[in-house]
Amino acid sequence: MPLPAILFLAQRASALVLAPLVLIHLGLAIYAIHGGLTAAEILSRTQGSLGWSLFYGLFVAAAAVHAPIGLRNVLREWLGWKGVGVNVVLAAFGVLLLLLGFRAVSALTGV
Amino acid sequence: MSDTENTLQVRVWRGGEDGKFQAFAVPRREHQTVLDVVTYIQRELDPTLAYRFACRVGMCGSCGMTVNGRPRWTCRTHVDTATGGSDVLELEPLRSLPVIRDLATDMTPFFEKWQKAQGRATGTRSRADDTHRVDPASPRRQAADAAIECINCGVCYAACDVVASDPDYLGPAALNRAWTLVNDDREGDRKGVLAAATAGGGCHSCHSHGSCTEHCPVELNPSAGVAGLKRLSLLAMVGGKV
Repeated sequence: MPLPAILFLAQRASALVLAPLVLIHLGLAIYAIHGGLTAAEILSRTQGSLGWSLFYGLFVAAAAVHAPIGLRNVLREWLGWKGVGVNVVLAAFGVLLLLLGFRAVSALTGV
Repeated sequence: MSDTENTLQVRVWRGGEDGKFQAFAVPRREHQTVLDVVTYIQRELDPTLAYRFACRVGMCGSCGMTVNGRPRWTCRTHVDTATGGSDVLELEPLRSLPVIRDLATDMTPFFEKWQKAQGRATGTRSRADDTHRVDPASPRRQAADAAIECINCGVCYAACDVVASDPDYLGPAALNRAWTLVNDDREGDRKGVLAAATAGGGCHSCHSHGSCTEHCPVELNPSAGVAGLKRLSLLAMVGGKV
């Protein structure tokens, strides 16, 4: 199938994954702040947790797929940047999101 | 009524892309259409005015123009409808198409994109074969029938903001035609049509604003057709039958 169809599916499928994860993440952040948890207390609960590793690992993977596709559309439609160049740069951006995201998850959970 | 009340103030685009408006005063008539106004100007006030029309009854799709900021078929648009009761009418050529002169646009890009979307029938039978039987009640035929009456006027194309910002986008009319073909049992290359309609600039570029459906003078729903193409492309990708 043509690339636009693949990207269309990937963006929607990743949105489907992201929607509940974002809601849980926001709920969690509000809960943690209202509960007055310190960073150290949060880390003591997440370190070594396979569950939080999987939760945020999936979050990072879905975001790394979703964000570059949306950004690609913005660059193509608003700046008229088309061709292979925009695809290469945004694929690299996706990989960067993945690496930085996994690094953060690793720091959070130590897994 | 005074003379002023019986006169329509008309601002008409003159020249090419870098043209400007020219003002005309046109007598107000009952049941007057926008095309009547343009024709009056050309016949009575300025014979050099360029515009395009043919059938005058909403069949040929030639007379599309921008009327008070909105793309319309001018032969079936009453002045009252276009002006909302005021006496000021502003006429420009259709948006997103090169202007030849005054109110006439060059429709070439519109029809080129129609071909790029493979918006043409590919036959499978010769005159020696029996007629292809199509069940009019089948869901696919009903989907095709709902979209088939396009008159190629270019109003949806001019109304579309994606067409205006992305020169590669094939536009609602071409994709609507592709949608009728992928739903047509007689079409010999449905996969080819779907591939053309889903390639770069195809249905996935649509933002689903729905301007095409809002402005279509024959009340088609190109937006639904484009959504249908997106759906079919996903089905095809996961191995479903097209």
